[in-house]
Amino acid sequence: MALISAEHISKDYQVGEMAVQALRDVSFEIEPASFVSFIGPSGSGKTTLLNLIGCLDKPTEGALTVAETDVATLDRKASAAFRGKTIGFIFQDFNLLPVLTVYENIEYPLLMVQKVPPEERRRRVTALLAAVGMADQKDKYPDQISGGQKQRVAIARALVTNPKLVLADEPTANLDHATAYMVLNLMKKMRDEFETTFIFSTHDQKIVGEAETIFTLEDGKINGVKTKGGNGNG
Amino acid sequence: MGNLFKIAIRNLLRYKRRTLLTASLITVGVVFVLAFVSISGSFKNMMIGQITDSMIGHLQVHRKGFVASIETLPLNLNLKGGAIGRLEKILNEQPEIEAYSPRVKFGGMFSNFTETSSIRLTAIDPEREFKSVPLLPERVMDGGKDLKPGGILIPELLSRGMKVKPGDAVVIVATNADGSVNGKQFTVTGVMESATGPGGRDGYIHMDDARELLRMEGQQVSEYAIRLKEFGSLTAFGEKLDGLLAKELNQQGKPLFEVHTWEKLSPFFNIARMIDLMTFFIKLMLIAIVLISIMNVMIMAVYERIREIGTIAAIGTLPGKILSMFVIEGFCMGVAGALIGDIVGIALVYILNLLKISYNFGQQKGIILQAGISTADILMISATVIIVSVIASLQPAFKASRMEPIEALRHV
Repeated sequence: MALISAEHISKDYQVGEMAVQALRDVSFEIEPASFVSFIGPSGSGKTTLLNLIGCLDKPTEGALTVAETDVATLDRKASAAFRGKTIGFIFQDFNLLPVLTVYENIEYPLLMVQKVPPEERRRRVTALLAAVGMADQKDKYPDQISGGQKQRVAIARALVTNPKLVLADEPTANLDHATAYMVLNLMKKMRDEFETTFIFSTHDQKIVGEAETIFTLEDGKINGVKTKGGNGNG
Repeated sequence: MGNLFKIAIRNLLRYKRRTLLTASLITVGVVFVLAFVSISGSFKNMMIGQITDSMIGHLQVHRKGFVASIETLPLNLNLKGGAIGRLEKILNEQPEIEAYSPRVKFGGMFSNFTETSSIRLTAIDPEREFKSVPLLPERVMDGGKDLKPGGILIPELLSRGMKVKPGDAVVIVATNADGSVNGKQFTVTGVMESATGPGGRDGYIHMDDARELLRMEGQQVSEYAIRLKEFGSLTAFGEKLDGLLAKELNQQGKPLFEVHTWEKLSPFFNIARMIDLMTFFIKLMLIAIVLISIMNVMIMAVYERIREIGTIAAIGTLPGKILSMFVIEGFCMGVAGALIGDIVGIALVYILNLLKISYNFGQQKGIILQAGISTADILMISATVIIVSVIASLQPAFKASRMEPIEALRHV
């Protein structure tokens, strides 16, 4: 069964007097443990689509099911609870909390969102610190580490709750090429290890090839789907 | 909860200068209020002490109707024989009472053999009176303090105006309850300063002399002045005594006695209330300082951390927890301000007492300021600051908790 199923979803915005159609009749399915990329130029609807999948926004039309949940029906509190339990987020600007150390940033969702017992928290955080290669930096604050390291911490934070899905909006946009590859490879490694579905958006053609399934967006529509080992249309 | 406090404190320390300024503002407010409460409280207590301990007593019992006619000092409303016995029996049974003293009050004419003026006299049993109003002897500014039969303590006004000094002979002429006029010669024992101001015409004679002067048959008492062991129990005891005495009825089946606390007998109670009112407004100013400063800081904190709020909301932090984070920040700032303010305020009160600042009150000169602050006042002021801090944080915190993560994450 598909982890994500979108059927004819559209999203309209009102910008001042003007109505903007960010997504138009988009349908797709994403299987568990996939490594998926949405690509397209700025304004094509990548971020809007990720926001809908991430329960940060609701479609104007259509049905969107994530992990067997019709996310359009969730209220504010239920959306937050669903995100905390099911989805991990990686942001373009890393968005680590500056007052928390690397260790505490990774621990945050377990502590403040899921209320995991201390011993289990320690076990999971320590394992992820080792997995992303940040064990020796765990007591540093975000302003004491590099951009690549920050994104590694963000990946660990996204994975610490054992989510079914990790969404990454332009995760490599603020990184140099080598670091961007390193981050993507880390994401892929984490996917292999934890069987978590990774979906990321990018407009960087050089790293797109790292994805196993690529959805191309243009003017709010899926223009094509490319799967490693074959092509298709969405 | 501990983690929410940890995050809140770290966020406060993130903007050290701003936090320090706000906490300092609250501290200054708390210190100012503590100093004002302690000084005004000291002045109020001194004033109440002077009034109750040198003249009125903590409370008084009269025959019903006496206080309404107190201007004419009616002798026909004195308590007599059986009523006195019943009243003293009740008073003797009250463990709250330290001492009580019977008095006879009447008006008369004071003559130095060449001039005559009016005088208000209180006849007392000195030993019992000085236990009930222990500061009364302190009011004797010239001459002896020991009032014996045949002696009179005269007010400063008459001493000055009629050039009478201790040891001089004077005559008191008074009308008794039957309307006949009697006179008696006295020797001036001492000159007293007035407790009510320079116009006071109150003098004191011995109870035995009053009986002779007024030709009283049997024992008569105009009022009983009562001193309690604990002044703080005045209201409760006043109500208790009132209840007990309400059961004592006269032959017509109506209440025989009436109880009045000092508050109902002295105009100085209004000054005490004015001090309380001023203290209340000073506390209101503190509340305004805390409210505005904390709200300002918290609004800034929310505005500066919109993206962080978006991040924690996106990763699943519930709105209630986001609200708690910001409320706890305000709470911590309030606690810090109150705590430091309490410490500095107590130190300031201690220093004020060490300096032994003196001031004058009415006829009293060189009264040493004895600033004091009760634990209840400190706790009340601290609790007010902390509660107001939390209230001031609520609006910004609520705004933060209601932010749409998608919009917060877009914020630049």
